[in-house]
Amino acid sequence: MKLLLKNREMLLVVAIVALVALIALRFPPFVTPGNLANVYNDTSILIILALGQMAVILTRCIDLSMAANLALSGMVAAMINAAMPGLPIPLVILIAMALGALLGSINGLLVWKLDIPPIVVTLGTLTIYRGLIFLLSGGAWINAHQMSDAFKALPRAAVLGFPLLSWLSLVIIGIMVVVMRRTPLGRAFFAVGGNPHAAVYTGIDVGRTRFFAYCLSGTLAGLSGYLWVSRYAVAYVDIAAGFELDIIAACVIGGISIAGGIGSVGGALLGALFLGVIKNALPVINISPFAQMAISGMVIIIAVAVNARAEKRKGRVILRKAEAVHG
Amino acid sequence: MKILKTLLVTAAVSVAMMATAQAETKKIALVVKALGIGFFEAANKGAQEAAKELGDVEVIYTGPTTTTAEGQIEVINSLIAQKVDAIAVSANDTNALVPALKKAMDRGIKVISWDSGVAPEGRSMHLNPSSNPLIGNMIIKLAADNLPEGGDVAVLSATATSTNQNVWIEEMTKVLPNYKGINVVATVYGDDLADKSYRETQGLIQSHPNLKAIIAPTSVGIVAAAQAVTDAGKIGQINVTGLGLPSEMAGHVKSGASKSFAIWNPIDLGYSATMIAYDLIGGAEAKPGAELKMGRMGTVKLDDKNEGAMADPFVYDASNVEEFAKIF
Repeated sequence: MKLLLKNREMLLVVAIVALVALIALRFPPFVTPGNLANVYNDTSILIILALGQMAVILTRCIDLSMAANLALSGMVAAMINAAMPGLPIPLVILIAMALGALLGSINGLLVWKLDIPPIVVTLGTLTIYRGLIFLLSGGAWINAHQMSDAFKALPRAAVLGFPLLSWLSLVIIGIMVVVMRRTPLGRAFFAVGGNPHAAVYTGIDVGRTRFFAYCLSGTLAGLSGYLWVSRYAVAYVDIAAGFELDIIAACVIGGISIAGGIGSVGGALLGALFLGVIKNALPVINISPFAQMAISGMVIIIAVAVNARAEKRKGRVILRKAEAVHG
Repeated sequence: MKILKTLLVTAAVSVAMMATAQAETKKIALVVKALGIGFFEAANKGAQEAAKELGDVEVIYTGPTTTTAEGQIEVINSLIAQKVDAIAVSANDTNALVPALKKAMDRGIKVISWDSGVAPEGRSMHLNPSSNPLIGNMIIKLAADNLPEGGDVAVLSATATSTNQNVWIEEMTKVLPNYKGINVVATVYGDDLADKSYRETQGLIQSHPNLKAIIAPTSVGIVAAAQAVTDAGKIGQINVTGLGLPSEMAGHVKSGASKSFAIWNPIDLGYSATMIAYDLIGGAEAKPGAELKMGRMGTVKLDDKNEGAMADPFVYDASNVEEFAKIF
């Protein structure tokens, strides 16, 4: 048990299982395999976004503009589809991802070249991107009947019994595992966040690494923009308003240190799942809407408090090892 | 020479005065819950129509970018600075706007609320799009009309603190005994967010297997609920109804997820609010029993709380939704 608790990811798995068990006591159908698959599918977009945010947070930055980027890319995808229903959907998705990457690279450039604090940059671009949606759409909605059937069908298409949306998030998780563990870029994210000064001495360009982290989060936000708009079959200025906080919460719950350098794909995935389970459970366990928000917030703080303790312990262990080597 | 000079100056001054008298257009600000919502864009269309009809009115269409009271207070303060003649507001919060609106009224600006009301001390009158009892009755009637044998229905509202949704649900509950066999089994809140409303609908479908209808008296909620019912393969089993915009609901009426829904005409609402504001600027007094002019919409009679109702909600179904979808 002690070994279990030492590992942040295992701790989260235990917490999620306990949470699901608790929900099952109040509403047994929640734990049917079909419903759990639905919960995963519903959380897929949050998972994809949390993975992008993870890369940014690892480099000691933050991306507050992800939800606005999602909304803008999603709106553009929907408008393109409404104007040209014949355009192949994969092409629309590519455009959304490219736009997302462009918006992300603007964040990255501002942080890299102008050295503005990331929180300020992305707070600014958050507002700019939301404003752009308004300018583009003139405030009008793109509704279900204006989107082509193919546009709406893609995330819902069943492959081996599961919706494509779920599969897509699994593919992204796979890609991110490879990127983080097997590529110089992935290691650079950790190095830059862990100790920027040391990273410079190993030949890593800190600014450029951050730039790439923002491009990555932007690309994933663009992809999520299409997924969001087609899943809910509606696009308007306010879609995913406030969702950036859910994304960051998922990362923090998943043990990704806001101070940078610590985190894992597994952590982000589990953090997102944890939030996803709560979001999907609250409607069925019959709790007053007034209590719901308070409960969500409390759970996040408890999870982070537990994580902070785990982090502290780990820090000490490393120091002791270092002392031992020197002594 | 002196006489000529005096004459010239007098002439110049009087010409200038005449010019200002002609150019003195009345500025009426239409403050909405948030920019970018189809319903309010349509209200603006009506307000512009009223301005055109009146001739000497300039409508300033404004509001915050998200539905917050803080945002509206900022907007109102800037309107006071711009010295507008009247403010017609659809409030995000019943009480929070009162101090800012009081300040406006102290400076001689006529203040009315429409759609979503402000507490009485913060406005001279409130224009309801329809009367609350009529709307409450309409939303349950829409569900009951398609359920001759009765059944379970649930309500998907906006936030738990939304002024108008809560009043409508209250009024609906009052007339519920008139609809035999209709049971309201749950009221859930989607917070006017597409994803939360979608999830709440999924929750309703799960926890109430016999659910026959979902009543969503909010335009974001009804669209999300219709999509969730479609995705769950429950078209035909669960009818989504409530209040929505034709342009946003056209697809869901066509797919059968929604058989019918209602809404007053937001164009008429923006038109009437502007007309009433103009009437007040012109010297009409808003007091209980008074009748204020609303142009082509007739007049509105104020009750003892200085509130008035514009018209009955209008039902849209497969027969007319396409036609209205082009308008708003």
